[in-house]
Amino acid sequence: MEMSGLSLLTVVLFMPMVGLTIVLFMNEEKQRNAIRWTTFGFTIATFLLSLLLWALHDPTNPGLQFVQRNDWLPSFGVSYYVGIDGIGLIMILLTTFIVPLAVLFSFTSHIFEERGREKLYYMFMLLLQWAMIGVFAAQDLVIFYIFWEVTLVPMYFLVGIWGGEQRVYAALKFFLYTMAGSILMLLAVLYVGSQANTFAVPEIVAAVQAGTLTFPFDGLFSTQSFLFLGFLIAFAIKVPIFPFHSWLPDAHVQAPTAGSVILAGVLLKMGTYGIIRFCLPMFPEASVAWAPVVGALGVIGIIYGAWVSYAQQDIKKLVAYSSVSHMGFVVIGIFALNAEGLQGATLQMVNHGVSTGGLFLLVGMLYERRHTKDINAYGGIWKALPFFGALSLIITLSSMGLPGLNGFVGEFTILLGTFGSQVLGFGFALFATLGVILAAIYMLYMFQKVFLGELDKEENKHLHPMNWKEVTVLVVVVIMIFWIGLQPSIWFDIMDSSTKSIVDGIAQVAPQITAMLR
Amino acid sequence: MTVPSWTDLNLGATLPAVMLAIGTTLLLLVDVFLPKERRNLTAWLAMGGLVVSFVLTLATFNQQTTALMDMFIGDTFSSFMNMIVLVAAALTILISIDYMNRTGSARGEFWSLLLLSTAGVMFMSSANDLVVIFVALELLSIPLYVMAAFRSNNAKSEESGMKYFVLGAFASAFFVYGAALVFGATGTTNLTEIFAAVSSISAEGGASLAYLLVGAGLIVVALGFKVAVVPFHMWTPDVYEGAPTPVTAFMSVGAKIGGFAALLRVLVSALPTLTAGQAPDPVWMNTVMIISGLTMIVGNFVAVSQTNLKRMLAYSSIAHAGYILMAVAAAADPAQADAAAKAALVYLLSYTFTNLGAFAVVAAVEKNDGTGTDITDLTGLARSRPILAAMMAVFMLSLTGIPLTAGFTGKWFIFQSSIDAGLFPLAIVGVLTSVVSAYYYVRIIVTMYLLDGAGDPAQGATRAVNLALYISLAGTLVLGLFPILATNLTQAVTLVASVAP
Repeated sequence: MEMSGLSLLTVVLFMPMVGLTIVLFMNEEKQRNAIRWTTFGFTIATFLLSLLLWALHDPTNPGLQFVQRNDWLPSFGVSYYVGIDGIGLIMILLTTFIVPLAVLFSFTSHIFEERGREKLYYMFMLLLQWAMIGVFAAQDLVIFYIFWEVTLVPMYFLVGIWGGEQRVYAALKFFLYTMAGSILMLLAVLYVGSQANTFAVPEIVAAVQAGTLTFPFDGLFSTQSFLFLGFLIAFAIKVPIFPFHSWLPDAHVQAPTAGSVILAGVLLKMGTYGIIRFCLPMFPEASVAWAPVVGALGVIGIIYGAWVSYAQQDIKKLVAYSSVSHMGFVVIGIFALNAEGLQGATLQMVNHGVSTGGLFLLVGMLYERRHTKDINAYGGIWKALPFFGALSLIITLSSMGLPGLNGFVGEFTILLGTFGSQVLGFGFALFATLGVILAAIYMLYMFQKVFLGELDKEENKHLHPMNWKEVTVLVVVVIMIFWIGLQPSIWFDIMDSSTKSIVDGIAQVAPQITAMLR
Repeated sequence: MTVPSWTDLNLGATLPAVMLAIGTTLLLLVDVFLPKERRNLTAWLAMGGLVVSFVLTLATFNQQTTALMDMFIGDTFSSFMNMIVLVAAALTILISIDYMNRTGSARGEFWSLLLLSTAGVMFMSSANDLVVIFVALELLSIPLYVMAAFRSNNAKSEESGMKYFVLGAFASAFFVYGAALVFGATGTTNLTEIFAAVSSISAEGGASLAYLLVGAGLIVVALGFKVAVVPFHMWTPDVYEGAPTPVTAFMSVGAKIGGFAALLRVLVSALPTLTAGQAPDPVWMNTVMIISGLTMIVGNFVAVSQTNLKRMLAYSSIAHAGYILMAVAAAADPAQADAAAKAALVYLLSYTFTNLGAFAVVAAVEKNDGTGTDITDLTGLARSRPILAAMMAVFMLSLTGIPLTAGFTGKWFIFQSSIDAGLFPLAIVGVLTSVVSAYYYVRIIVTMYLLDGAGDPAQGATRAVNLALYISLAGTLVLGLFPILATNLTQAVTLVASVAP
């Protein structure tokens, strides 16, 4: 097995761990500020280094770059194997972009007054960032599984210690639900590894495409399908795809704001990323066969999420259910199984991370001021905080999919892909389009109830103005919204060749469906 | 019969176990002459004995030989088992020293009993003869009966010792009867010779085969009792709860190491061809699979409703026996036998560190009168003793099987071997019950971190206990981060070939 030197990707990956080690040896009482700024500094350093990854990335090369491979457990064929293609790069950029925002927002949060343990909080933030980058960088199934499972632990504590009233219940539900899914994936991972004699994903995919490794497939219930489902269910719970979504509203509503932002911004994407990286290339026939089923669940998710969202009186719950709806778009984009769909889905992951992350920040800022998430307690906030209102409007419109902003580009490309798809087709696109309209309804409903109308409640008249950290966080989000919305080609360029190679890979293995895919 | 020469006895191979046994008898003598206020010295002398035995184990680690006229086998398998049990005994000493003093049950004999039991495990893992297994089983068990009842002024402890003794004696009887039937069928008690005889008996059928089947079944029952698998687990919760915590800690690890060593030797080395005409899988495969599945289900589900930490860990130890049994079932597949045995070894090693660590925390929060071991007693521990709580959290995550801890490495290897052997239903039962186990392990973390409370001062966390905790933590994390360290040690383990002629 080849050994290779230190890759920049490894540096990016372990940056948060360096920060974690430094924070570990700081004194909670005496160095409160130092702990905050060290954490923030390391998340920013990680972000800057990931920009360097972007600068050095060659978008014309569809394969893995920044590869590093070292033996970890050679007798089992497991190696520390990291590398990224265009899709991986985008996901890592999203991660390193979202986490500093969440950390910066935490500085002003009131949660530490009640619950304390600030040092532990920032340590978990850094641990979470490490594991999330690891998920997107890992090219070995076991290493991937390890990072995947490790994200559970810090998130569990973030919800459980610093969450709302029902935090213990929500945290436990999150933990058990996610673990139930991922441990079935472990069996599938071990089976694939024992058949392929390696856990290295690129080698497995190459063997599958060369026909030297086949997982028997003869219908919806065969070996390959079970393996596909073993992976898919783990990912579906994370996304969450309807009907596996019931943990999400609880976790989101109970999580502290920064936790919600990371949960919506990055953790959910681990699921859709996993489908693209593992399910499609390793199990191409099963992916095609199951595409209509999963696509239908995606469409149901879009409409169901939107519907339930509209009925919520709790703003955070409303945003949480809107995630179910938005992630449904990503799912049908992926299972359109063509380049447009896949590109739209990848971009929509970023969009949802930025927009919904932004929405959770808004809810968090409102909650910091009023200590309630009841939609009826607000009204006329625009008049009290006009700048805040304006920024909120942009983020809300972005989440709705207004042309010119980021959400539109993603959803439009996905719908285009779905229309053109031979496995999904017109019906799916039609119902998904309905979801776009519903999104406008519930988002505007929320905006109207909270920001517009009369400023008739006494408590809302004297909200303290935004501090500079809050302004920074929101302005950065809004800049991203415009940037992606107005210049989407930059982002498509990064992933263009990688998405195409994935689609080609599926077509190559499943010749009977090649015609369908073009 | 000729008189064996020194070379035939090959005593060098037996030194790790024999030296420990000799040292223990010396220790009993020394203890009598020590003044009462210096009794702690006995504990440290016992520790010295363990270290000597450990060094001897390392020196003979890679041997592949038989001794004592073929009754004793020295190979990597037994060396690895010896290493685990010696570490377990050393950690138990660290946990016990202050505990026995503060609970008023310190007596010099305790350390000798602990070492005798350890020697029993070592003989058991090296046994190549049913008679040796029986003697080793008794050497392992009888000291444990006494130790379980060591808190003489405590009714629960006495009940624990009594219950363990009565049921343990019953199980030993099963073993003897089983061994007798096997002898009747094969005309030998030597595992190598049994292996040689089984194929033809298995093919011929008739009365011999019937004796062999019943005999093997009785042996499985007896060893199943020792490692506490369903349905032979009924004694476990009461005994674990009543016994002094360090004894429970040792029992939960030591007895399992010995039991599984013997089980693997008997089933995988001696009886792999016991097919009863239904080739290629041996008849015991299905039995072991069913027991394994039941054990995982019952152990994990009943653990959920426990309110006492020691009882919860008792059921958890039952569940873990089920996971190890999964590897035993996988070892029925001749192509997977060695890999599965290695998986069981690594699992035992990781379980040893994790479980002893967890029991060390229990010993630290336990009050002098034996109370304070309810789960609710951990409330708020993260505030009063943050480091202790963090270590307990790591142990709980490791028992759940979360990556980066030893528990994941163990589970990974076990699941891998069962999947390679094609035991998919069993593997699915295994992973699903793991999710159930997450519920009760994570509840401990909930109690320590998420519930508000003053927090226990954990007065029992003395320097020795802390040392044991740090060692356990290091073992748990190192095995999680670098499983290669464990696989390097088990590389040479070949259970089948070690006995096959």
